[in-house]
Amino acid sequence: MKKWLKLSLWVVFIVLVGIQFVPVQRNEIKLATSSDFIEKYQPPVKIGNMLRSSCYDCHSNQTTYPWYSNIQPIRYLMEKHIREGKDELNLSEFGNQSNRMKRIKFKSILSQIDDDKMPMPSYLFLHSEAKLDSSKKARLVKYFDSLVVDIEKEKFK
Amino acid sequence: MKSTNSILTLAIVAGLSFSLVACGNSKSTDHNDDNTEHDHSGMDHATEHKMPDGTVMEMNENKSISQLIDPYLAIKNALVKDDSKSAASAGQTLADAAIAFEASSFEESKQTEIKEILEVIKEHGEHIAKSEIVHQREHFEGMAKDFMDLLAITGTDRTLYQQYCPMYNKGKGGSWLSDSKEIKNPLFGSKMLTCGSVKETISMK
Repeated sequence: MKKWLKLSLWVVFIVLVGIQFVPVQRNEIKLATSSDFIEKYQPPVKIGNMLRSSCYDCHSNQTTYPWYSNIQPIRYLMEKHIREGKDELNLSEFGNQSNRMKRIKFKSILSQIDDDKMPMPSYLFLHSEAKLDSSKKARLVKYFDSLVVDIEKEKFK
Repeated sequence: MKSTNSILTLAIVAGLSFSLVACGNSKSTDHNDDNTEHDHSGMDHATEHKMPDGTVMEMNENKSISQLIDPYLAIKNALVKDDSKSAASAGQTLADAAIAFEASSFEESKQTEIKEILEVIKEHGEHIAKSEIVHQREHFEGMAKDFMDLLAITGTDRTLYQQYCPMYNKGKGGSWLSDSKEIKNPLFGSKMLTCGSVKETISMK
């Protein structure tokens, strides 16, 4: 019995070591392009900083990885999470969309922040700096509200 | 009788001019030409507002648009009944219909805009398919404008009413389309079933 336990522990150990060598593409293109949200809309610095620390890790091509991201299987789960986040909203490529699409993305961003759906609680657990207190939240909501108003004034072309 | 007729014509001209402004000259200039002999100077906003069904917007008839209008109205009816599950399945139907819709049968200059609208409708449909009712309603409301813009290009298969409830979204207001004049509010459901009024009537030529 003891022998079996020892063997299975070894197997687990070897698998854990083995998966450390699985290559993963890092989601960190350093240079922001002109389609990047912050580059394009030039929000006030404070707003830009909030977006970078609270949204950009999962909703852009510029993730800031923590040290434990180098450990598998944490890394694998993280990449999956980022992929899903970017699928929904990629701020690095925001400018490439039609005005019509931007309008609904603004509205979604606004309501997700307003309803405390984003940033996700599981993310905040490890990223306390990303937390949006009520004054930060109010600023962001007001900002995105103004973007919705602006874009609705424009023609949908 | 004659004066009723001329008021109606004025309202139609007013509605058309409105739609031309709102949609960036996107539809049926030929229709507008038919009315050029009428005097525009007598037109004022009061004429528009006196109409019981809001502004009248006349469109071409188009049968293929049914595949989008049907699921849209199914979402609306589900939300009226606070039925999140039926709304979700209709949302998926709408998203699939937006993918399947043939934009190529329309004028080439309009195709880009049609495709952009379809992309947005698909996005709304997908979110309605996977969200809880508050978000379903947000997406449903957000879609009204895109839907109206699409109908202005493609035409419609039935008479629709654009309805508006000023209380939605913390008093910012919200719109939807219905196939019945009677107000049954999908943005509030049973909480405020009759809040709203008809803002515009979309009818076929």
